Amino acid sequence: MNHPSDQRLHAVRFENVSRHFGEVRAVDGVSLDIRDGEFFTLLGPSGSGKTTCLRMIAGFDHPTSGRICLYGEDVSNLPPYERDVNTVFQDYALFPHMTVGENIAYGLMIRKAPRAERERRVEEILKLVRLPGMARRKPTQLSGGQRQRVALGRALINRPGVLLLDEPLGALDLKLRQQMQIELKAIQQQVGITFVFVTHDQEEALTMSDRLAVFNHGRIEQVGSPAEVYERPATAFVAGFVGVSNLVNSDVARTITGSPEMFSVRPEKIRLSDPDAPVPDGACSAPGHIRDVVYLGMHTRYVVELDAGGELTVVQQNLETTSMDALAARGRRVRLIWHPGHNRVVETKG
Amino acid sequence: MSTAASQPSGGPAPRSLIQRLSTLLYTRSRLLLALLLGPPLIWLGLIYLGSLFALLIQSFFYLDGFTGLVVRRFTLATYAQLFTWSNFDIFARTTSMAAAVTVASAILAFPLAYYMARHASPRLKAFLYLAVIMPLWSSYLIRVYSWRLILAKEGILNWVFAELHLSWALDWLLQVPGLEGPSLSYSPVGMFLVFVYVWLPYMILPIQAALERVPRSLLEASGDLGARPGATFRHVTLPLAFPGLVAGSIFTFSLTLGDYIIPSVIGNSSYFIGAVVLSHQGTSGNIPLAAAITVVPIVIMAIYLIIARKLGAFDAL
Repeated sequence: MNHPSDQRLHAVRFENVSRHFGEVRAVDGVSLDIRDGEFFTLLGPSGSGKTTCLRMIAGFDHPTSGRICLYGEDVSNLPPYERDVNTVFQDYALFPHMTVGENIAYGLMIRKAPRAERERRVEEILKLVRLPGMARRKPTQLSGGQRQRVALGRALINRPGVLLLDEPLGALDLKLRQQMQIELKAIQQQVGITFVFVTHDQEEALTMSDRLAVFNHGRIEQVGSPAEVYERPATAFVAGFVGVSNLVNSDVARTITGSPEMFSVRPEKIRLSDPDAPVPDGACSAPGHIRDVVYLGMHTRYVVELDAGGELTVVQQNLETTSMDALAARGRRVRLIWHPGHNRVVETKG
Repeated sequence: MSTAASQPSGGPAPRSLIQRLSTLLYTRSRLLLALLLGPPLIWLGLIYLGSLFALLIQSFFYLDGFTGLVVRRFTLATYAQLFTWSNFDIFARTTSMAAAVTVASAILAFPLAYYMARHASPRLKAFLYLAVIMPLWSSYLIRVYSWRLILAKEGILNWVFAELHLSWALDWLLQVPGLEGPSLSYSPVGMFLVFVYVWLPYMILPIQAALERVPRSLLEASGDLGARPGATFRHVTLPLAFPGLVAGSIFTFSLTLGDYIIPSVIGNSSYFIGAVVLSHQGTSGNIPLAAAITVVPIVIMAIYLIIARKLGAFDAL
């Protein structure tokens, strides 16, 4: 790798970065550190500023204010071709007039690497992305998943300090996407390059990342490991965006916990019981009736209307329940019971 | 739901003629295809290709020099007449003019087309479109004759050169062997300028269309992989715009090859292919020779297209 291997240097550092398009604050005062060698995900809904952040790391866009550093070097105003990063584009952006081999070798060709070295490294890369023998094909002759691999290979062959991936799996079908998630992670561990991955798919983010940042309205809501973000969402937005979450507002919270603090609780943590079931000491509980049932094969989702007001979604594994049982539960009176340790007090902002 | 009640149960609703026609055409797509393609194919086949074929046949007849009548008997004698030095001179002059006009048009058109495709705001783009196409609205003849005035010795161009104290440059240009003439309007240089002016829109539009189809992400990808703007242009933009460039050059090249008005209005009255065809066909009534000469630009264009094909210009089609 051609960057200083100083572990204390962050691969990417955002220092109070903003990017305004006229009145629109696409990115609004973002500070962020991405460690060397980690798989870092920028997660958020569309328009949340995650892609603009990625484009600023790549150099396609420049901050209105603030600094972006790559391995300690301020690159805020460097053009893309002077940065040690490479990008895998959402639409792959393969050159249609070149073969797969020429596409992958493009970076080496630009740097005037000798032909023998180019050919050798293209072979290596094709093996890495599992496309051996495809060098002479044209991109139009490949499937979506194969193009994806070529785009990945074309970026990796330059051995960049940071690899940027802009929703690269969005166009693939579910099976292929799940397979590529595992493969991408494996390749990242194999090459040891810092990956910065943009997605709006929270499941993808949780599966692949070492750490992730949740974006909303141009700001970062929370940074942490997948487990931290999932188990301890810092804000109401994170609780709602990452996984399904129940948000209990202050009025209802007061009747359940005695405190008016708003909290969130994950649907899989709540147990569905008979209305007169005994409530263990210290457990949270709330009576209500089942308003809706969605049978999902592996588990069933129940929407329960609380007597105290509001709704809670509950997910139960179908251990012994059949679809008939599950659907018949509609309208039944129930008592919800869960451990208060699963309650996450959230602040409301935005 | 409510209307169904008023209809006899089970039977299909009575349908209008148009509905039945639509269904017929929908279910029999070949019929629709035949109806749509029939007229243009008849036009193209009979009128266009037919007349071209008739022309080709004419070129194998010959003119009896004694009676002045066309003898309808197969011969290659008319083609043999083409192979004279003075004819070669005309072919070479026309072809090199067409080549020069094509190259100049491409060089002038590319930056404008690039700007229109990549940078212009939608409003500015609409304006530029209009500016490019608008000259085509007025008569070609009027524009050519106005150029004669512009290029004349008393014309505005000479005046501008005089005001800038650059008349010497113009005078020098007009005595270069091959380009000489008493003024621009009687010089091959003037003819070249007018050709470029007249055919330029036909070069701009295809290049612009080709550049428009190049996704921005390809240019970003090239920069991302380390290519400076110059290298991106050479390795990505130009190869992808190449089909448009070739399409435009087919227009400018073939239009210049066949034109007979500009060489007769501007320039030093040296012969060009189109003018020769006109004089043989119109003045001397030697239709076989005129037809044989007409085959020459067709052959030149065929060679041109084969080269373009070899260069991969049609790969993207």
